[in-house]
Amino acid sequence: MRFITWATSPWGQSVPIHIAWGLIWVAVIAGLFFMIVHSLYLIVVKPPKRFAERKVEACEGIPERVPRHSLAARLFHWIMAASMFTLLFTAFLPKVGIQFNWVLYHWLAGCVLTVSILYHVVHASFFLDFWSIWPDKTDLRDAMNRVRRFFGKEARSPSKFAKYPLENKLYHGAIMLTGLAVIVTGLFMMKRVQTGIFTRNPYLFSDMTWGLMYVLHGLAGVGLIALVMVHVYMGIRPEKLPITKSMIFGWMSRDVYLEEHDTGRWAVKAPATKAKEGYAAGDGD
Amino acid sequence: MAVIRDVMPAFDLLQPGSAADAQKLLEQNGEDAWVMAGGLDSFDWLKDRIKKPKVLVDLSGVEELKGIRATSDGVEIGAMTTLTEIANHPAIQKDYGVLAQAVELVASPQIRNQGTLGGNVSQDARCWYYRGGWPCYRAGGNICYADTPVGRNREHAIFGADRCVAVHPSDSAPALIVLDAKFVMQTPKGERVVAAEDYFVGPETDITRLNILQPGDLLTAIRIPATWAGAKFYFEKVRDRNVWDFPLMNVASAMKLSGGTISDIRIAVNAAAPKPMRLKAVEDAARGKPANAETGEMAGKLAVEGAVPLQYNGYKIPLMRNLVKRAIAGEQEAA
Repeated sequence: MRFITWATSPWGQSVPIHIAWGLIWVAVIAGLFFMIVHSLYLIVVKPPKRFAERKVEACEGIPERVPRHSLAARLFHWIMAASMFTLLFTAFLPKVGIQFNWVLYHWLAGCVLTVSILYHVVHASFFLDFWSIWPDKTDLRDAMNRVRRFFGKEARSPSKFAKYPLENKLYHGAIMLTGLAVIVTGLFMMKRVQTGIFTRNPYLFSDMTWGLMYVLHGLAGVGLIALVMVHVYMGIRPEKLPITKSMIFGWMSRDVYLEEHDTGRWAVKAPATKAKEGYAAGDGD
Repeated sequence: MAVIRDVMPAFDLLQPGSAADAQKLLEQNGEDAWVMAGGLDSFDWLKDRIKKPKVLVDLSGVEELKGIRATSDGVEIGAMTTLTEIANHPAIQKDYGVLAQAVELVASPQIRNQGTLGGNVSQDARCWYYRGGWPCYRAGGNICYADTPVGRNREHAIFGADRCVAVHPSDSAPALIVLDAKFVMQTPKGERVVAAEDYFVGPETDITRLNILQPGDLLTAIRIPATWAGAKFYFEKVRDRNVWDFPLMNVASAMKLSGGTISDIRIAVNAAAPKPMRLKAVEDAARGKPANAETGEMAGKLAVEGAVPLQYNGYKIPLMRNLVKRAIAGEQEAA
């Protein structure tokens, strides 16, 4: 199977025009494959609890409902999710035979995604704990230990997570790269259609550059199919539901917090003022 | 423009004897099949070696797809009926004159002798960038060569452009729309009947097709109800030369008059957009008004609201305004 569809430009140059649409199904199969293998691993191997025996930790100052995501962060997440689903459905349903007027909704959803990402960048950089989503030395060391233990070798028990497990951080990195790729290429591609936002200019780049841009947009797009499938799968797994619920309600229970998270790496501060019974102040991300 | 290369690419020629066999062959071969009616559009594509189907399904031997039959509610025209036969048919001339006028103005006598109604409504876009084999949106690429600052777009769309700016070239399509015709298709899921205006699709829905036919589908007949039989009809086609040319624009109207007042009307234009346009706003505005120059003037202005001309086709706006005016008021009154 060819990954890229090529054409001959009016000047006789062989140029890429888009990805081979068969890659849509490759992405869907890859996503399904991950889900099946991961499910079977958990069912068949039954891996032990990830962390060393739980220490009795002081609960003073830790409320029953530990704040995890502020309303602003949750709104961003769900707006981004809605725009991402709209983008994926409007991009790929017509390619698998479901025809509708998709272009308008596609670029509108792209604009919503772009604005929401810009908001997120500013919000996360200046109002949240920026580094909480990036892997640190402890994550890398623990990852090595987890791999060694998986293969039956001696290794220390990994530490509890900081605010985000390493898997979350890696997923964030992957979605950031693919998301930026579709946004940047998509913004340029808006110069090729009538949107009322940009003055149309199909000659902005050479045919080759345009072609590569369409290919990158397509590759990132099909990559997002697999990534979103995996994200939704993880979001509905029973052991991950506390994290998913926290993205809806904004908090996780004290038990889950103490069970999974290192109170030193993700410190929940005592509330400065008595805002609401049972709540405490967090970094709000 | 494309270089004529004379020798068509090799394909398997299948010549079914029945509509059922033809549909089955199209279904079996899916995207690899090319359905050929009169061959006038097909041979261009094939001899230019731009379309290279693996299988060509030739419908010329399917007798049941030919002819004009009276039904309990109008007439049914087989998709393989020639344009000449339709133009000369007494019942069509008497009751559905707008269709007779429209097909009479298609191309040349030789082409009308060979060309079919099904082929005329299902023909592909005439944009020369597309016909020349360039990788434009309609050909599956990522650009419209006609909609560029230097693109040659004199014949292209003033409405409905969405990446592609090619227009639908059929003369019979607007006439069939005003007659409230129904298109009958045999599909892998059985018979499907759609209103004439729903047979055509624009680039916003499917940029690589001009109609709803999917691989495996076969247009078998066009049914015209008696609803508009004997109405006051108007058809006009404007083209660069008076024979053997595609429309720069055409208009068709059917009006029911009650003492000079329009009691009901249907009006459609083609070659203004990627699909034939039924002008419902004009119909609503004209209903109940006298069929005179004043109403025509109003209708013409209303018809062109929202038109977006390209670099070289601004003339299409006054052209459409005047065609709509004449379609309501008549040529003499409008003048």
